[in-house]
Amino acid sequence: MSATSWEPVIGLEIHVQLKTRTKMFCRCPVGFGAGENTQTCPVCLGFPGALPVANRTAIEWVVKLGLALGCEIASRAVFARKNYFYPDLPKGYQISQYDLPSCIDGRVIVPLQDGEHEVGIVRAHLEEDAAKNVHVGGRSGRIGGADYTLVDYNRGGTPLVEIVTAPDIHSAEEARSFLQLLRQTIVELGISDAEMEKGTLRVDANVSVRPAGSEELRTRTEIKNMNSFSHIGRGIEAEIARQVEVWESGGVVEQHTYDFDVSSGTLTARREKEEADDYRYFPEPDLVPVEPPEELVERLRAELPELPAARIRRIGASLDHALWFHRPFRANDWFLYDCVSPSASDARGLATGRMFAEDGRLIASAVQEGLLRRIGE
Amino acid sequence: MPLSSSGAGGPFGASSPSATAGSSSDSRDASASGSPASSSASASGSTASSSARKSENEDSPSSPIGSSREIGERDAELHCYLRTCDEPNGDGIPIALKDVISTKGVETTAGSRILEGYTPVFDSTVAARVKAAGLSVLGKTNTDEFAMGSSTENSAWGPSRNPWDPSRVPGGSGGGTSAAVSAGLAPWGLGSDTGGSIKQPSALCGNVGLRPTYGTVSRYGVVAFASSLDQIGPVAKTVRDVALLYSIIAGRDLEDSTTVELRESVVLPEDERLAGLKIGVPRQATALEAIEPGVRSAFEAALARLEELGAEVGECDLPRAFDYGMACYYLIAPAEASSNLARYDGVRYGPRSEGVTYREMVERTRDEGFGDEPKRRIMLGTYALSAGYYDAYYGQAQKVRTLIMREHADAFEQFDVLATPTSPTVAFPLGDKAADPLAMYACDLLTIPSCLAGLPGLSVPCGFSEGLPVGIQLIGPQLSENTLFRAGHALERSLGLDLVPERLR
Repeated sequence: MSATSWEPVIGLEIHVQLKTRTKMFCRCPVGFGAGENTQTCPVCLGFPGALPVANRTAIEWVVKLGLALGCEIASRAVFARKNYFYPDLPKGYQISQYDLPSCIDGRVIVPLQDGEHEVGIVRAHLEEDAAKNVHVGGRSGRIGGADYTLVDYNRGGTPLVEIVTAPDIHSAEEARSFLQLLRQTIVELGISDAEMEKGTLRVDANVSVRPAGSEELRTRTEIKNMNSFSHIGRGIEAEIARQVEVWESGGVVEQHTYDFDVSSGTLTARREKEEADDYRYFPEPDLVPVEPPEELVERLRAELPELPAARIRRIGASLDHALWFHRPFRANDWFLYDCVSPSASDARGLATGRMFAEDGRLIASAVQEGLLRRIGE
Repeated sequence: MPLSSSGAGGPFGASSPSATAGSSSDSRDASASGSPASSSASASGSTASSSARKSENEDSPSSPIGSSREIGERDAELHCYLRTCDEPNGDGIPIALKDVISTKGVETTAGSRILEGYTPVFDSTVAARVKAAGLSVLGKTNTDEFAMGSSTENSAWGPSRNPWDPSRVPGGSGGGTSAAVSAGLAPWGLGSDTGGSIKQPSALCGNVGLRPTYGTVSRYGVVAFASSLDQIGPVAKTVRDVALLYSIIAGRDLEDSTTVELRESVVLPEDERLAGLKIGVPRQATALEAIEPGVRSAFEAALARLEELGAEVGECDLPRAFDYGMACYYLIAPAEASSNLARYDGVRYGPRSEGVTYREMVERTRDEGFGDEPKRRIMLGTYALSAGYYDAYYGQAQKVRTLIMREHADAFEQFDVLATPTSPTVAFPLGDKAADPLAMYACDLLTIPSCLAGLPGLSVPCGFSEGLPVGIQLIGPQLSENTLFRAGHALERSLGLDLVPERLR
């Protein structure tokens, strides 16, 4: 069997750090660069008796994002406690949303070269970020082999939106295109800088493969630690290739979590925990349900700018196009394309361009006219 | 006469400015709007003593009322206090705070070794409110560890004793506050009530105690046991004092999302008749065999007195509340506790036990820091929330809780107030139930159902059995505190019990 007969099935889990002025459940400022443990208070340090109060702006922003992703906005969302022990989790639980998230059932249309693909959004919900563990004395800053661990709680409690897609993505390229569109949408909504390098946008991918044409879902693996769009593409491709090889050699893919190693471009299996996670979710009794009034949702809907997905679809309306080839050339060489728009008025735009070979010879000229509309009109 | 022991020449001394404070609300106009510090008869004297104190040299400390030394000497026998405040905040009525209430700069341990040495950097909202009202914080009172218990025997720092008979418990978990108020070691106190921790010790020590409607008093800064049940409330010698203290601490707090503003302001009760008040007595409560005969007869006599005062007393039914309330409570409260107590991991505050790995450090810290009762409840709660058991236990308990709320709501279609004994027994000897958790849990049989329903409950002394106080529990619909105060006050005035323990008179 050849690799071309395998279809990848990919779902993404995206965490977006919101750039609200204050944290999700307290009044500490959100931001980078301050000295360790200076942006903290009894609430985000989990002191006895401290109570969370939900950030109104964060709630409005997740609704905004949900609307932009075509989601249904829950008339009643409920915060829940996800219980586990870790030093970066000061309360011993993370406040998140579980069975009743703020946004469900959305979809995003991703333009690809072979047409438009639809990616379903299962949910988008609000939660708080964990603090940052700094492992000292170990190799590569990981916990294994470290002498001790310091915790910087500045990041703890930063509002996060978690977005979960349906397993609707079928190539690394599609995953990248979707993420770029999502990122552009988030940036234009003004709710996050969504920079992967800074960790304000984090992506985990669930990957499985199946024989092309089949509808089955085989065992999936999770890839973490990919911190650029290029890493995402490389990581997913590496995992697809690995799984295809496992199946084709008669093996069985096992459920596992992998870290993408940037330097080698390879995947490293995480050390398995001894027992399965049981987060013992239950509704957070210190917070009341989030019940955004319909007027608020409608106001936020009206405030949405034109979204990148719509803009991309709209701008492609070509009226006429002409291309003149002047001299012979090799199509796989590099060319310089010098493009100007001599006119844009009355809903019509004109573009002209000249294409040069590396040695400076003019090889082609182009003119294209398209229907255009000013954003917001 | 509901004159407080402190006002009647108790340990604070009749001549001291604060001596009348314990009964302040009886000595002035009925109004909850004024500040107790400025409007009480004691205010001017206190202010004077305050400026005098400020001018004094540190080397020649004065002996202000309720100084740590004075309380320390008097408290040796009863062990109400875990620590006293050397610099009482205000000049108003002195107040004792249960040790689950965070006080800035004053160690707050919740009766647990795992918080030994923990000094909050912030005041809980209730501590801030009593300070802002000018009350003077005397100290932090003993409690069962994390408010889990009915006798204070679960305190890591040793039990408190009942001022009526020091061989007996003061009840719990707020036994320290209750014993202090009863013994005149504090005219006012604050407790916390999850399943009866204000009401039950108030009954066992002969005090008035209010568990307010859930959501009327901020929980911010109060060490959490079970968040959906915990409520802070006042303990004092008279209903009017309790009402006045309630007016100081109640109301919406932006730091606690679950709080609401009071629908009507607190009215200090004056009425001594109860014409038209309909009181329901749940059959399932009075049918409990656990109720001691002496408690039963004191309760029945109180009902008869309420009828004499003009109330109509009838029977009602709360079958689910009493059949399933206990089981429901012992799923919900431990489940929430298992999560609330997860923060005590040795990482940020409190004692830390050494371990080679993070996991080992946390396990040892928690093993050495928690006593048996918190461990028992953490295990119960963890189990109840576990995958595969959640629906059968925690989920089911939440459904039962909803039914119990509805059942109470139905009862209030016919009645203004429900009444039961507060505790099935009078104060029991230390050690009697300490080895039997289920027997200890049964102390709260009568107080738990209304807690699950989020309803206010007032315990008022209604008589004696074996020379020990008996309390009646008055339950009302949500936000009906004023009705409870009215009923409790009329009963209290009519009974005119002397609630100073005989051995302290």
